[in-house]
Amino acid sequence: MDYAIKIDHLGFAYGDGHVALRDVSLAVQSGAKVALVGPNGAGKSTLMLHMNGILLPGSGSVTVCGLRVDEKALGKVRARVGLVFQDPDDQLFSPTVFDDVAFGPIYQGLGEKEVRVRVDRALASVQMCDYISRVSHHLSVGEKKRIAIATVLSMEPEILVLDEPTAGLDPRARRGLITLLRTLPQTMLISTHDLRMVAELLPRTVVMDHGEVVADRPTAEVLADTALLEAHGLEL
Amino acid sequence: MHVHFLDPYKPRPSLIHAFDPRVKLVLALAFILAVALTPIGAWPVYVLLFAVIVSVVMLSELGVGYVLKRSALALPFVLAAVPILFTAQGVPLLAVPVGPWTLTITVEGLQRFITILLKSWLSIQMAIVLAASTPFPQLLVAMRAVRMPRLIVAVVGLMWRYLFVMVDEVLRLLRARTARSGDPGLPGARVGGSLAWRARVTGGMAGNLLVRSFDRGERIYAAMAARGYDGEVRTFALPPIPTGQRLILGIGLAVLLLLVMLGYLV
Repeated sequence: MDYAIKIDHLGFAYGDGHVALRDVSLAVQSGAKVALVGPNGAGKSTLMLHMNGILLPGSGSVTVCGLRVDEKALGKVRARVGLVFQDPDDQLFSPTVFDDVAFGPIYQGLGEKEVRVRVDRALASVQMCDYISRVSHHLSVGEKKRIAIATVLSMEPEILVLDEPTAGLDPRARRGLITLLRTLPQTMLISTHDLRMVAELLPRTVVMDHGEVVADRPTAEVLADTALLEAHGLEL
Repeated sequence: MHVHFLDPYKPRPSLIHAFDPRVKLVLALAFILAVALTPIGAWPVYVLLFAVIVSVVMLSELGVGYVLKRSALALPFVLAAVPILFTAQGVPLLAVPVGPWTLTITVEGLQRFITILLKSWLSIQMAIVLAASTPFPQLLVAMRAVRMPRLIVAVVGLMWRYLFVMVDEVLRLLRARTARSGDPGLPGARVGGSLAWRARVTGGMAGNLLVRSFDRGERIYAAMAARGYDGEVRTFALPPIPTGQRLILGIGLAVLLLLVMLGYLV
């Protein structure tokens, strides 16, 4: 089968000895949209950082788009996996929106014309074309989130990994973002506490707690299992 | 994502650690002042001052190696004193041809340079022991207790508190940049961008950090003012310094005074 993400028996401990992931196995088909839920400290963010090699496996392996994530493959992996961090202020480190969205393509060595095409296309898909010369610092949180997604779309990734995309958004911005995510064709792994969004957008849900995968089932089943939700501190 | 490596405090069950922070602060500052006041080329006194700092390091159980390694941090600052080698008037020692010019190192210049080197090295070691043996909050309390201007203490305290927040922010920015530094393996593409572009990106990050720190400063001040901050962080009254430690404080100050005086005699 064609897997976009394949994680085998992944284990990881931070430098201070804290074990963040234990024997995590997960396979995501190309084009699938998967939710990653669980309480704070469950290991969701740690797992996401493995998706493009910010963290490397302590044991086991991570394979994305057929590439095993290790030091040699970092460049290729990062070109294929777009990681969107929870806090858009971390993601947006350039003076203007254009500079930020252009960062990935310029880094990849694309020509100026191609970079401009990519930036325009990425901003168009998040409906933020008018913001191209704005200063990132002055945008609202909702706008920053959209631009943050554009910064990885401009790299034309095959997989999108998003950390808490709806956190801190007002209802209208949240609605707009859900609609946007629905239109994007990429394989998606979304870590979130927003179970209503999960119900609407993501057909499959992986529940994590204490660094382990405790459930991996269709979203409707997971959300109907009140005992499971309660056991892992989740609320609809 | 947190930094811990910045915190210099190292808990040890030592005599130095157990000292009242006020006593430690005053003695450490007095030591640095004594080092600064010792005249140029008073080598025997430097040896004695070195003996003092080594004894303190050994008593603190921090390990001589640890303190020496940390004190290497001071070395780059000594570079600022290099011109003294050539500018001091005196007996020429060595001529260094640099292109069409000749720089002359003088005996006096060399003496001064070595003095500055030794002085900064001795001072930094004492500062290291102070910071490694006293938790930072206690140090702030001690600064207020010895009547340091409250504005300075407030600035130092806030700097300490938010330095970690800022470094964390830098680490997150760098991580976000790394996450987007991809190489799809296009034929003929030069990955990584030009040096000038990379410099511009880094400059943008630095500028961003400045603007954000500024904003954060405003927010922090608003939050502090909302809770009644008026420029003074109030703390409970400190217990009096025990008599034994007062005695040590007196003896320490007297020894340092003697050492400085000795410096003018030799």
